[in-house]
Amino acid sequence: MRSLDSLQPGEAGIVQMVSGKGAIRRKLVDMGVTRGTVVRVRRVAPLGDPLEVLVRGYSLTVRRGDARNIFLEGEPSNA
Amino acid sequence: MRSIALCGNPNCGKTTLFNLYTGARQYVGNWAGVTVEKKEGVLSHGDEEIALMDLPGIYSLAPYSPEERITRDYLLQERPDVVINVVDGTNLERNLYLTLQLMELELPMVVAVGMIDAVRSQGGEIDCARLSDMLGIPVVPVSAKTGENTKKLMDTAYKLAQNRQIGYTIPYDSSTKNALVLIAAICAQNEKNRALPLQFYASMLLEEDADAQSRVSLNTGQWEQVSIIQGEYAGKVPADQRQTMLAAARYRVAEKLCGRCERITQHPDESISRRIDDILLNKYLAIPIFLGILCFVFLVVFGPAGRHLKDGMEYLLSDVVAGGARCVLDRLAAPQWIHGLLIDAVLGGVGSVLSFTPQIVLLFAFLSLMEDSGYMARAAFLMDRLLRAIGLPGKAFIPMFMGVGCTTPAVMACRTLENEKDRRLTIMLTPFMSCGARLPIYALFCTVFFQQWQGVMIFCMYLLGMLTAVVVGFLLRHTLFRGDDAPFVMELPPYRLPALGALCKHVWEKSKGFLVKAGTLILLMSVLVWILQNYNLQLDYVQDSSQSMFAGLGHLLAPVFRPLGFGNWQAAVSILAGLVAKETVVSTLTVLCGAGGLETLFTPASAVSFMVFCLLYMPCVSAFACVRREMNSTLWAVGSAALQTGVAYLVALLIYRILVLL
Repeated sequence: MRSLDSLQPGEAGIVQMVSGKGAIRRKLVDMGVTRGTVVRVRRVAPLGDPLEVLVRGYSLTVRRGDARNIFLEGEPSNA
Repeated sequence: MRSIALCGNPNCGKTTLFNLYTGARQYVGNWAGVTVEKKEGVLSHGDEEIALMDLPGIYSLAPYSPEERITRDYLLQERPDVVINVVDGTNLERNLYLTLQLMELELPMVVAVGMIDAVRSQGGEIDCARLSDMLGIPVVPVSAKTGENTKKLMDTAYKLAQNRQIGYTIPYDSSTKNALVLIAAICAQNEKNRALPLQFYASMLLEEDADAQSRVSLNTGQWEQVSIIQGEYAGKVPADQRQTMLAAARYRVAEKLCGRCERITQHPDESISRRIDDILLNKYLAIPIFLGILCFVFLVVFGPAGRHLKDGMEYLLSDVVAGGARCVLDRLAAPQWIHGLLIDAVLGGVGSVLSFTPQIVLLFAFLSLMEDSGYMARAAFLMDRLLRAIGLPGKAFIPMFMGVGCTTPAVMACRTLENEKDRRLTIMLTPFMSCGARLPIYALFCTVFFQQWQGVMIFCMYLLGMLTAVVVGFLLRHTLFRGDDAPFVMELPPYRLPALGALCKHVWEKSKGFLVKAGTLILLMSVLVWILQNYNLQLDYVQDSSQSMFAGLGHLLAPVFRPLGFGNWQAAVSILAGLVAKETVVSTLTVLCGAGGLETLFTPASAVSFMVFCLLYMPCVSAFACVRREMNSTLWAVGSAALQTGVAYLVALLIYRILVLL
C-alpha cells in the first residue's frame, strides 16, 4: 500500500488508515487525519524532512517517519 | 463566585478575548507541577464578580500533552459553571472536533465563533443560527479584534451560569450514539460512577483510554459487556484501528456541521499565508532568510543597540546612583565595610540585574513577534531535521543561537519550547554556547600565547562549545531524557499581524518575571560572593583580597586543577570570580598576576586547557538564577551546573593531556 511519504509535493491521496505508536497516531487522528480524509503534500522542508501537509483546509507538519504510517487509497492525484 | 472557563484550540483568539474581558485584573502563574502558564482573571458582570480561567490551547482532550491533561483535569474536577468554547471561524471543521469532545463533559456551554472578521474578509460566511440549532448550544460570532458581540457572548455565558442548562446532545451517527448510550448505562449501574460525567467516560471507554478505565469502577462482568459493545461498534475494523474510530466519527459530525453551516469561497491555496510561505519556506531561500532574521535579532539585542542600552543602565547605576550613595556615605563617615557592602555588593548586584533588562526586553519583543505572527512554527519546521539528531525540536535552535550573545536571556528564550523535557534539555545545553562575556578570556590568552593564531583559536572555542552541546545533548537524550520524542505533528498557523497590546503585555510579564524572581537570587548571590571576596574566615573585613575567604578557597581548589595544567591559586581564584560574570576572570587574573605574569603561570597547553574550562564550566550567577527560575527547581539548576562543570573538567583534561603528548 502507498503511504503519505511517497507523495511528491502537490500530490494528494485519501487516507485509508493510520498505524504506528499510540501517542503519535492519536495525535494525527485528533488533528483530522482520519480515514477518508484527503491529504495533500504541500512542500518538503529544505533539509528534506518534515513535510507540510494540507488537511481539512489547514497546514500540518508531519515527519517522514510518521508519514510512512499514514496509508493511502488508490493512486495519487494532483487534485 | 461563579466561574467561567475559556477553552479552545491554540491560536484561536482565546487569549485576546481573555485580555479583553479581564484587562489588568488577571493573574498569571503556573499549573501545579508543570511550567504551563495558568491564567486567571476577574471580570464584573453587572454587580457580580466572575472568575474567568483561560485554559491552555489544545486540539483534543486526549491526555497526551500536559496542556491536554491540565484542561481535562480542570474541567472534570473543578466543573466550572460555564465553558466558553472559542472556535476559529477560519478553521471551523478542526475546531468543532474539540467542541464535540467538550460537549461530552456535560457542562453548560456556549460556542464563540472567533475571527469572524477574518472569515468575512475572505468572503466566507458562517450560519451561526443553524449551527446553534444543530448543536443545541448557543453560538455567538465574535471578533476580539473589533470587539463585535463580545458583550453578547458574556451575557449568554452569564445566563447559562445562572440556570446551568444543558440542553444539548451530540449529533453522532446512530451506531456511535447506540454504543455510547449502552456503555453509559452499564457505568450507571454502579452507584459510585453516577457522580461522573458518564457521556465523557463512555466515550473514553469506547476509545480504550487507560486513564478513564482506571477512574470508572466496573466489575468483571460489566467490563466484558463493555468490550462486547466495543467489538460490535468496531465491526470488521482491525483491533489496532479501533481506538481512533470515535475520533473519525466526531470528524464526520464536524464535516456535516460545516457542510450545512459554512460557506467558503477562498481556496486555501489563494490565501496570503500560502503566498508568504512560498517565499519564507522556499527550498533555497528559507534557511538563508531564517538565519538572516536571527542574525538581525542578534545584532539588535547584543549589538550596538542593546549594548548602548545596557551601558546606559550600567552608567546610571554605577556612576549616578552609586556616586550619589558614595557622597551620602562619606558625609555620614560610614565605615569602609558599609561602603563596600552597599555600593559594591548591593548596588553592583542590582546593576547586574538591571543591565540585563534591556536585552531581555528586546529579545522578548522579537520572540513574541515571531510567535504571534506565526513564524516561530515555521522556524521549528525548518530546523526540525537538524536538531533531531540530539533529540531536540527545531525551535531549540533559537535559544542556542542567542546563547552566543548572553546565556541569561537565551535561557529565558527556552520558554518558547512547549514540551517540558525538551525545554529542560535545551536549558542545560544553552550555556555551552560561548557567550559574549567569555570572549575577553580568549582574547587575553590568545594575545599572550597565540598571537598569530588568534582568529583560529577563538573560532575553535566557539566550535568546541557547539560540539560539546551536541555530544552532551546526545548522551543526555539516551540517559536522563530517554523516551520518545514529543510527536512533531504541528499546525502551521496562518500568518497574523501581531497585536501591539498583547506584545507589550507579554514582554512586560517576562521582564517582570526576570526582575522579581531571577533578580532577587542574582542580588543575593552577588552579595554572598562579595562577602566571600572581602572577608576572611575570622569574619574580619580585609583590604587585600588575597587574604579573603575567596582566596583561601582558591588555594584549596588549586590542586584540583593540577591535572588540567593550571594548578595555581591565581587561576582557581579567577575561575571562582568568573561565577560573578565570566569577564571577571580577566580582571581577576590581571590583578593577581600583574603585568606579564601569565607566562610564568601558564604554558601554551595549559592556556588552552584554561580557556576550554572557562568556555564550558557553569555559567555566571545571573544565568544560574535564570536556569533555576526556568526549571522551577533548585535541584535541576544545581544538577545542570554540576554537569557543566564536570564536562568542562573532563574536556579540559582530555585536551590538555593530548596537547602535552604532542
